[in-house]
Amino acid sequence: MQWEIVIGLEVHAQLSTNSKIFSGASTAFGAEPNTQADAVSIALPGVLPVLNKGAVERAIKFGLAVGAHLAPRSVFARKNYFYPDLPKGYQISQFDLPVVGQGALTIQVEPLSGPSTGSGQATYEKVVRITRAHLEEDAGKSVHGESRGVTGVDLNRAGTPLLEIVSEPDMRSAAEAVAYAKALHTLVRWIGICDGNMQEGSFRCDVNVSVRRPGAGLGTRREIKNLNSFRFMQQAIDYEVQWQIDTLESGGKIQQATILFDPDTGKTHAMRSKEDAHDYRYFPDPDLLPLAIDEVWIEQVRATLPELPLAKQARYVSELGLSAYDANALTSSREMADFFDAVSNDVSGQSKMCANWLIGEVSAQLNRDGLEMEQCPIRPTQLAGMLKRIADGTISNAGAKEVFRAMWSEGGNADAIIESKGLKQVSDTGAIELIVDGIIAANPAQVAEYRSGKDKVFGFFVGLAMKASKGKANPAQLNEILKRKLAP
Amino acid sequence: MINATLKQHSAALRDKQISSVELTQLYLDRIATLNPELNAFITVNPEMSLAQAREADARLANGNAEPLTGIPIAQKDIFCAKGWRTTCGSKMLHNFISPYDAHVISQFNNAGAVNLGKTNMDEFAMGSSNETSHYGAVKNPWDRARVPGGSSGGTAAAVAARLCAAATGTDTGGSIRQPAALCGISGLKPTYGVCSRYGMIAFASSLDQAGPMARSAEDLALLLNTMAGFDERDSTSLQREKEDYARDLDKPLNGLRIGLPKEFFAEGLSSDVAHAVEAAIAEYKKLGASVVDISLPNSRLSIPVYYVLAPAEASSNLSRFDGVRYGYRAPEYTDLADMYEKSRAQGFGAEVKRRIMIGTYVLSHGYYDAYYLQAQKIRRLIAQDFVEAFKQCDVIMGPTSPTTAFKLGEKGDDPVQMYLSDIYTIAVNLAGLPGMSIPAGFGANAMPVGLQIVGNYFDEAKMLNVAHQYQLATDWHARTPSGI
Repeated sequence: MQWEIVIGLEVHAQLSTNSKIFSGASTAFGAEPNTQADAVSIALPGVLPVLNKGAVERAIKFGLAVGAHLAPRSVFARKNYFYPDLPKGYQISQFDLPVVGQGALTIQVEPLSGPSTGSGQATYEKVVRITRAHLEEDAGKSVHGESRGVTGVDLNRAGTPLLEIVSEPDMRSAAEAVAYAKALHTLVRWIGICDGNMQEGSFRCDVNVSVRRPGAGLGTRREIKNLNSFRFMQQAIDYEVQWQIDTLESGGKIQQATILFDPDTGKTHAMRSKEDAHDYRYFPDPDLLPLAIDEVWIEQVRATLPELPLAKQARYVSELGLSAYDANALTSSREMADFFDAVSNDVSGQSKMCANWLIGEVSAQLNRDGLEMEQCPIRPTQLAGMLKRIADGTISNAGAKEVFRAMWSEGGNADAIIESKGLKQVSDTGAIELIVDGIIAANPAQVAEYRSGKDKVFGFFVGLAMKASKGKANPAQLNEILKRKLAP
Repeated sequence: MINATLKQHSAALRDKQISSVELTQLYLDRIATLNPELNAFITVNPEMSLAQAREADARLANGNAEPLTGIPIAQKDIFCAKGWRTTCGSKMLHNFISPYDAHVISQFNNAGAVNLGKTNMDEFAMGSSNETSHYGAVKNPWDRARVPGGSSGGTAAAVAARLCAAATGTDTGGSIRQPAALCGISGLKPTYGVCSRYGMIAFASSLDQAGPMARSAEDLALLLNTMAGFDERDSTSLQREKEDYARDLDKPLNGLRIGLPKEFFAEGLSSDVAHAVEAAIAEYKKLGASVVDISLPNSRLSIPVYYVLAPAEASSNLSRFDGVRYGYRAPEYTDLADMYEKSRAQGFGAEVKRRIMIGTYVLSHGYYDAYYLQAQKIRRLIAQDFVEAFKQCDVIMGPTSPTTAFKLGEKGDDPVQMYLSDIYTIAVNLAGLPGMSIPAGFGANAMPVGLQIVGNYFDEAKMLNVAHQYQLATDWHARTPSGI
């Protein structure tokens, strides 16, 4: 009998404000422990929180980007529990009145291999509903084992703004969960609210997994905490799904639990069960007024939103005539799309060629060098300069690749490189005709073969002509002249 | 000098009749003599006070003095003051030297006032007799066998005993007004949001409000001019035009409508207090006021509502005292949970623990709706009662506390009896309204009686006017306890 997998995600996106959500302390990553812990961060007696407007603006941006309802009035609540890295003994979060309400995110699902993979083979589109997103502060960090028997506390991160984005349990495979997480990751970076740095913990995923018989009610879920890579997410879900199926099929029951994934063993293990669950005693924080967001503020924020990935994809297809595949690839990140827009605006009428170069050579070279798009050594104007020379026939594709390599490693503009490397094509019809005439005269046997219908010999003539022109003959012109002169 | 008003203090300093250093030393000497018995101060630091006095003298010499420049003001030990030990009356903060100034403290510093020391208080402001202080009970200067009230009992005793020119208090359920009444001084709790709570150690955030305690309404006005003001570090601080709270002091009271809530003169009010309050009302009628009978039907629920909401907030506010970063940590423990448990068990006193337990309970899953939410709803009804009442009157008057000062230890075993001491003051905090207490004669055992005056939101200037006119006509506020 079949099992259906049900997955929902809670994602903590660290908002890219310079200062903390309730104080002026810096949020920069990697400082010496406790050097970014001000009076509010360490919760001295008597200090009070003051809401960072920039964090709210980022939450509004997100709400607009997923078409969500924005609460005109939302409330900060205290989540009470004791832990050394939680200085106040409570976390300020939002509980029953979050700032961002129901929204949705459209994702492209590429099937992955593995036991929890969806059944379809082709890439497909799916809409994942977003339940809510709320603002909250991050905790500090407990540092274990620095000195024997002592746990240190670093409160630099305490009070860093987070947007917790909660999805409905709409995903039915690890592939869908990963696709959703990736789409969300792209989106938060796209709209500039989160740097998306998963190593530094700027984008952390908690995955709720359960299985059920198709048509049955929801099974008991277990929550895999703090996944910080898409690969681990897939592995963790695959392992967890199989564990739950095995447990149920051998007559066991699933207990609600919070679990951790160990990347070294590839297994999940329980951190705490429902019985140990805290009673967080949420109540509205009396130190903060309800957060009011009016239409004027929403419209001000809306005006700062960039064109969103889906809108851009649609426009690339309808206005630029690109394929859906190309449009999707070009909107995989804001940097890619911005690069493409800059290049294709510069080289008018050559969108397809621009797309090919970006998705092809540029992406491949970035991959080889282990670079991100924003670290690309070639600037859009440089690439555009080169593409213009392809378009106007100054250089061949082969020549362009040479220009590209030179630009990548040494910089410089296309025209200078073409000049210095002598890559300009011979487009002078007379000069090419002269070469062709010579070749025809010198190879009568092959000419006869061609004229008797053996088309394959054509390549032989192209090769000779290219050799004679030192590779600079304009290929289109050469073809045309050869065909004309070889015609019987 | 010690019986002079703040205005007279100020004039003497400006006219060089006395220097701030001399004045500060005078009060420090009085503290040295009287405090061992009264226990009104937790911390005095003559060196720091005199340093501020020297700065004030320089400022007075330069001619850029403000009304409070050079005047020694005692600060309730709930206000964080840079370099000063700030204990909040608790063992938990026995070793806490504040690295920063509360807004109220910096307002006084900017005005050139001298911080004369930190006054005793109930632990974390939880108490009505000052007996919950880790630093021992404060004695009422009028009768040292009696309590001064609380939680601002140290401040009230210090002002009554002339150990300072004036002082600060905080009021969550009556903690300025009740001790002011029991010690025969004047105290004002402003509208919630008028004084910043930044740096004031939180008890119940939605109720806590700082205010002045002094010997007259005129002094209170001068102090409030310095204490009040918008502070962006407190999100509940109100952004309003700066006002002069002394502006209306001299207005006649003709036509003033005084509302007398029948609930404040019912069962539970001792007859000596009732007589004194009635006499005060009679005096007001002579001054041109008229009386309106009003009702605050939901005020009877104030105490139960307060003892849900205030402990709920307190249970969370006091979670930061965990022994991890500052304050008391148990000397021995086995693991993290044990460290928390022992540090808090040893660091907090019984009343604080009781309220943390109550607060934790009412916020717990399954009880929240029945207690916390229900209490919030009634809180709104209580506030609405006042809105209705103020349609018929300009100020509301009644007793501040149902009895005069009781004996030390008398109510220690019965928290509910103790809680009833604030029965007339708590509704005012729940509504966020301004309230004050002024001396209105003496009751049984020659102990002072306080008259409570409640105003509409932001009517502090009017209330001070009402109080000042009474103090021009009577001399209760000028009486001093014997032996000081």
